[in-house]
Amino acid sequence: MKVERRVISVIVQNEHSVLARITSLFAARGYNIETLTVAPIPESDMSRLTIETKGNVRVIEQIIKQLHKLIPTYKVIEHEEMVEKEMVMMKFPINESLANIQALCEAYNGGIANVSSQHIITMVADEPKRVKHFIEAAQRFHPVEIVRGGVVAMERE
Amino acid sequence: MEMTGAQMVIEAMKLEGVDTVFGYPGGAIMNVYDEIYKQNDFRHILTRHEQAAVHAADGYARATGKVGVAFVTSGPGFTNAVTGLATAYMDSVPMVVISGQVPITMIGTDAFQEIDATGISRSCTKHNYLVRSAKELPHILKEAFYIAASGRPGPVHVDIPKDVTAELAKFEYPTHIDLPTYRPTTKGNVRQIKKAAEAICNAKRPVFYLGGGVISSGSADLVREFVQATQIPAVETLMARGSLRHDDPLLLGMVGMHGSYQANMAMSEADLMIALGPRFDDRVTGKLSEFAKHAKVIHVDIDPSSIGKLVDVDYPIVGDLKEVLEVMLPKVKECVDPDRYQAWRNILKRYNEIHPMRFEDSDEVIKPQWVIKRVGEILGDKAIISTDVGQHQMWTAQFYPFSHPRQLVTSGGLGTMGFGFPAAMGVKRGVPDKVSVNFTGDGSILMNIQELVTAVEARLPVVNIILNNHYLGMVRQWQTFFYDKRYAETDLSFQPDFVRLAEACGGVGYRVETKEEFDEALEDAVNKGVVAMIDVIVDREENVLPMVPSGGTLYNMMLEYKD
Ligand SMILES: Cc1ncc(C[n+]2csc(CCOP(=O)(O)OP(=O)(O)O)c2C)c(N)n1
Ligand SMILES: [Mg+2]
Repeated sequence: MKVERRVISVIVQNEHSVLARITSLFAARGYNIETLTVAPIPESDMSRLTIETKGNVRVIEQIIKQLHKLIPTYKVIEHEEMVEKEMVMMKFPINESLANIQALCEAYNGGIANVSSQHIITMVADEPKRVKHFIEAAQRFHPVEIVRGGVVAMERE
Repeated sequence: MEMTGAQMVIEAMKLEGVDTVFGYPGGAIMNVYDEIYKQNDFRHILTRHEQAAVHAADGYARATGKVGVAFVTSGPGFTNAVTGLATAYMDSVPMVVISGQVPITMIGTDAFQEIDATGISRSCTKHNYLVRSAKELPHILKEAFYIAASGRPGPVHVDIPKDVTAELAKFEYPTHIDLPTYRPTTKGNVRQIKKAAEAICNAKRPVFYLGGGVISSGSADLVREFVQATQIPAVETLMARGSLRHDDPLLLGMVGMHGSYQANMAMSEADLMIALGPRFDDRVTGKLSEFAKHAKVIHVDIDPSSIGKLVDVDYPIVGDLKEVLEVMLPKVKECVDPDRYQAWRNILKRYNEIHPMRFEDSDEVIKPQWVIKRVGEILGDKAIISTDVGQHQMWTAQFYPFSHPRQLVTSGGLGTMGFGFPAAMGVKRGVPDKVSVNFTGDGSILMNIQELVTAVEARLPVVNIILNNHYLGMVRQWQTFFYDKRYAETDLSFQPDFVRLAEACGGVGYRVETKEEFDEALEDAVNKGVVAMIDVIVDREENVLPMVPSGGTLYNMMLEYKD
């Protein structure tokens, strides 16, 4: 069976050790977590997790059902038609071309986040695939550090 | 009303109608035990090991259908209980296990007898809680009982820090629970049910594949009616034994690794499998790609994650089996013609004639299967049967004449040696007017032998029947078949004197080497009304047959073993 990439959002009761329940479910059943983001949903007692995972159809179906089965899980959204974004921060030495770096970041929906006496820090938020391209393109400016934020997603409608 | 956390625990037991708690005290749970001392609403049974407390609660739950309850202390008390939780989890048994924990103020400091109990139980419970204040305790306890018993049942673990059991708070026990995040689907999709009913009426070679869900949902009566009305043959998993009566001509026997030939052939040749609450365990299916490969599949289960987990399902129906059958049965009755399956029934009958479930009896040595059949003849449905794990367990499943649901209590999913005896104590407590028999092995019985003391003290006269082959027989069998008889660490020739062992604890013991001795021993043991140990010396080399070797196919059974 073909292995595919999936993005799943999980809305959970915001309670003690709920994140551990989810990550240990993935660990125990041998499922993949590529990226994971979590934050409380404003004005509610719920949190939203976005999980980027990989597996064949049967595995993905099991992941969704098993997530559902957890008592604190309110809703599992298996994204079909989604807008997804990932953020990435990169740090470059100050002697690299600020203008070129800035131009590159802008092409990827980002910009310069900070400049100190030693380093330039950039920030880009774009589709995961484009973030990957950005990171590749940025290699020629000799980045010293890269921090990716994990995928977040929203259904289009 | 204000009360301490410990008092709340007692009060909750009362409100949940708990009549028995199995347990073992210790530092972190002493406040609760102090309240147990002061009350008279339920009976606490002190087992001699926490594992046994949880198995006893489990046996009680399996035999009665009620939620079993066990209390243990923190640290080693809890870790001893883990095998019990895992056993219940694998077999979907409703249970609430309460453990003490070090005070909240000390959690995370590696305090004396501190262990991350909820971290450990997370993967072997349906749900668990670490209670943070007495205020939330009533709600958590109510939820624990509700979650344990609803949907697909399972054990729930509540870990209560010692300071919470001393803390005062208002006690308001919720009358009902409404969890927006937990709403098991009980009503099946009517369109699917209708389609499934049509598939049944249009099939030529349908077979019922009955699983543990038939028992836990209380659907056995409906299933019997269904089978009767359609005249469709049925196979049972280990967990479903007793769904149909043993003498029902439509019952093909147990399916799977040690199932009957006709049951496994029925699965292999069926064109429609009507799976009611099973979970397609590998001990049933054998090689998945060959399992029932000509059959369209109807699968009814309360747990959506069970459906389509291992095999593709054509008619998935999520719901409580009983509710689904109540809708499905009338629809099937409208269209079914039982004669339609006559040819199919004839084929299966023929299979059974060629290879019936049988054993070769002997006059020289007692055959283990004979013992089981004999107990069936003498006690029949006057007994509830527990087992340990091994050959004796499979022979029990093959040869005991079960006639009603909840008559077999056995660790199917986890296969826990040491389960049988404490479980049989729980059975006796839950169903006192039946004889509680535990078929066990000379290996397994030693894994909770200390419970002899509990059973005598608490007056739980379990009849333990050791099918003593002086081997870890099931492992020995695999060594015989697949390891060229290299009997690595399975010879149990060195044994305790089981008779004196029983007597030392205040029970009765019998050593049996002939059939006559067995009949006498059984009669005496049942009449004595004290825990008994019948040590039956059986044929050492007997194998459990037929057998589907691990990963093999159901239609390719090993029917006999030739040396
Ligand atoms: C706690 C535990 N340890 C090990 C096993 C593996 N095991 C399965 S059957 C068996 C042999 C059981 O021997 P006995 O109780 O004498 O039963 P017999 O097979 O001889 O009837 C063993 C060791 C197990 N199921 N459970
Ligand atoms: Mg043995």
